[in-house]
Amino acid sequence: MNDMTPRTIFTPAPPRIIAERPAKVVAEGVNVHYGEKRAIHDLSISIPDKAVSAFIGPSGCGKSTFLRCINRMNDTIAGCRVTGRITVDGHDIHDRNLDVVQLRARVGMVFQKPNPFPKSIFENVAYGPRIHGLAKDKTDLERIVVESLKKAGLFEEVKDRMLQPGTGLSGGQQQRLCIARAIAVNPEIILMDEPCSALDPIATARIEELIHELKQNYCIVIVTHSMQQAARVSDLTAFFHLGNLIEVGDTDVMFTSPQDKKTQDYITGRFG
Amino acid sequence: MPDHIMKAYDDDLAALQSMLSTMGGLAEEQLARSVEALTRRDTKLADIVIHADDRIDQMERAVEEKAILTIAKRQPMAKDLRNIMVAIRIATDLERIGDLAKNVAKRSHAISDPIPRRLTSGLQRMGQLAQAQLKRVLDSFAAADSEQAMEVWRHDEDIDALYNSIFRELLTYMMEDPRMIGACTHLLFATKNIERIGDHATNIAENIYYLVHGQPIRDERPKKDDTATTPFSPLNND
Amino acid sequence: MSNNALVKKRYAAERRFKAYGLAAIGVTTAFLLFLILDIAIKAMPTFFVHEATLTVNVDPALIDAANPVAGDYLGLTKKALAAQFPDVTSRGDRKALNGILSAGAADGLQQRVLADPSLIGKDVTVPVALNSGADLYLKGYATAQLSDRQKAWLDALLEKGVISKGFAWNFLLNGDSREPELAGIKGALIGSVLTIIVTLALALPLGVAAALYLEEFAPKNWLTDVIEININNLAAVPSIIFGLLGLAVFLNIFGVPRSTPLVGGLVLALLVLPTIIIASRAALKSVPPSIKEAALGVGASHQQAVFHHVLPLAIPGILTGTILGVARALGETAPLLMIGMIAFIVDVPKGFTDAATVLPVQVFLWSDLPEQAFQSRTAATIILLLLVLFAFNALAIYLRKRFERRW
Repeated sequence: MNDMTPRTIFTPAPPRIIAERPAKVVAEGVNVHYGEKRAIHDLSISIPDKAVSAFIGPSGCGKSTFLRCINRMNDTIAGCRVTGRITVDGHDIHDRNLDVVQLRARVGMVFQKPNPFPKSIFENVAYGPRIHGLAKDKTDLERIVVESLKKAGLFEEVKDRMLQPGTGLSGGQQQRLCIARAIAVNPEIILMDEPCSALDPIATARIEELIHELKQNYCIVIVTHSMQQAARVSDLTAFFHLGNLIEVGDTDVMFTSPQDKKTQDYITGRFG
Repeated sequence: MPDHIMKAYDDDLAALQSMLSTMGGLAEEQLARSVEALTRRDTKLADIVIHADDRIDQMERAVEEKAILTIAKRQPMAKDLRNIMVAIRIATDLERIGDLAKNVAKRSHAISDPIPRRLTSGLQRMGQLAQAQLKRVLDSFAAADSEQAMEVWRHDEDIDALYNSIFRELLTYMMEDPRMIGACTHLLFATKNIERIGDHATNIAENIYYLVHGQPIRDERPKKDDTATTPFSPLNND
Repeated sequence: MSNNALVKKRYAAERRFKAYGLAAIGVTTAFLLFLILDIAIKAMPTFFVHEATLTVNVDPALIDAANPVAGDYLGLTKKALAAQFPDVTSRGDRKALNGILSAGAADGLQQRVLADPSLIGKDVTVPVALNSGADLYLKGYATAQLSDRQKAWLDALLEKGVISKGFAWNFLLNGDSREPELAGIKGALIGSVLTIIVTLALALPLGVAAALYLEEFAPKNWLTDVIEININNLAAVPSIIFGLLGLAVFLNIFGVPRSTPLVGGLVLALLVLPTIIIASRAALKSVPPSIKEAALGVGASHQQAVFHHVLPLAIPGILTGTILGVARALGETAPLLMIGMIAFIVDVPKGFTDAATVLPVQVFLWSDLPEQAFQSRTAATIILLLLVLFAFNALAIYLRKRFERRW
């Protein structure tokens, strides 16, 4: 379970949360290249289930790239090559027999900018279940939509305007709509790529509260530029720098006494 | 460690640091003067010490305010956070040291009769020892030197040992001459206060260790003060 | 102080720039207005026509009820006209009088009788077309086609109230003709419509499919690069080259019937295909990638993401590009000349394989003819062509506004 690589420091080694929770995602020796450029160097990490793991680090450090490896979103980028082993529940996600579309249904994603489809609120959430055939009939679909919206804490706000366009909502509501859309296909893992960077503090707080609730049932991985946010919502924090995973540790420890000097400098605002 | 990207943040932390060193200097001075006032039974000097304590109290409040403001404004993390928390704790320790010094000084009013030199010399030695400890720990704080702080931490047992022997000595005096009981009790309290000052110095040392390493000290501190556990039997003393 | 001077200088520069812009717009507008006014004034005579309303006795002696098609309707009409001027008796004068009538003067009468044979033997009141010279004279233009006597007769008819002025439906409802007063643009209009239908039916699906593949699915390698560059080059190829290509390939190799909307549409489809591909690619590219990512993120396949989300969002842009491309095709003449759509065709085409011509070619044909009335018809056709193009552009703008989405 503790994949010690010489590069990565565990604070303290290994983090308690990994010992407490089963590992959902395990990466071993992952390298990512964009053409000639190496974006991630020999990365190994275990991500615990039913917990929030935060990736922090300066821009271009590879945290988003690694996040997008987990649901193989990097496949869509021309010239991007991923090597190494990433397993979800022990199954290699690069296995030939594993369908990438199925993988993405299990590993939902929420993006930096709220990106609802320019369709109605209902259609936004119903799209996923529909293409995966998750609903038996129309009432079943409605049930899934309502449940997903409730889980995303948005139902009360939109129940009277389900047929109005999702793009008409406020930024924070749009982001929660995107979370509801991700939840609707029943994922096990939710990846969030800077989900609050376009939101005001109140909307951010709502999303963070939602993340806190969702971690009861999902394995959540969040990339964030806000150290305070990582400190507030996550259980495990991983610090990336120049494509290397520098330090992984329990969030409590990472933000009070990180071991690596780079981590220390970054989280105290001395570089980055 | 490189500077913060925001210079004002560095200024905030530097201000805290300099407030603490001023406060530390004051506490050292108070300790020295209070021991002097007591040994010479100089009530004027004692009054100066008592009045000067207000300044230490004010400074403690100022440090606290500055620390809270810095936390609110900068959301410190990791070492910076520890730095600020440690600053608050050291300020509290220094304020307590100031109080204890004031207490020592007060006793020069209470002791009317001249004290035998033999008794005051022990007190003086203890005062010097505590002062040296305090000075070293403040230096190690300024230099963020946990090794030196650990030295202070380990040497607290010297003060404890000295206190132990003065305690026994005073007991002996009191048994020999019941008229001395009043003065000796005051002296006993004064030495106890100085011993407490030593304890606060070790507190500061522990905080410095935490500041540098991010973890509290795990070992037990060596202790030589067994006065609280030694059964008192006047018949059985050596 | 110097700061103040700088500010003044900056304002002056801004004012100058504004003045240049206004001047440029003014000059362009003046040119355009002049052009349109000129054409409109020239086209005016075509839209109104003078007709004589005569009461004609459908003489059963001349019209055989068993075979009404063969009857001498023109003779009847001439008789009715002669009845208006009982004092004109000499053969030469009668001929001169008949000279004010159009060669197709009896067409209206013939149609009425053929539609209702019971009219044979009765008096029928019908409008009778005058020839183009008479029409022009009545409109007040100087014309050398008429003698002074003919003009006097026309004045007399006008005085009697026999001649009336009306909208020239002929122009819209007739096919081409050697007689200017009978020549209409219905043939060319229908030819244009049929040709554009062929063009759209071919170019739109092909263009969108090619754009979709190139933009979303094609691997990025030198082959797709070459294809992309060549599509861009094709858009800049002179249109007559496409005509030559159509002549060589469609007519000579595949034997598609010449002069037909089918072959015209094929050639024009080739012509607008690059435009449609480029416009469609631009429209597909303008759909934010976040939408596609969102679809992929919930587990849609690449194809589902493209067809459920990207394509629907790109459709307004694709349609706009297509309509503008088609509008360009509508105005093309050169390639059609190469494939024989320049023939003189009287009949209105009834299908894609009937010989036909199109509006711009009709303009080209008429502009070459000497008769004064044809000059006017040319201008009128240009106006009609412009109107059709405006309508296309308006449709493009409407579609863009209607379906435009904001992200």
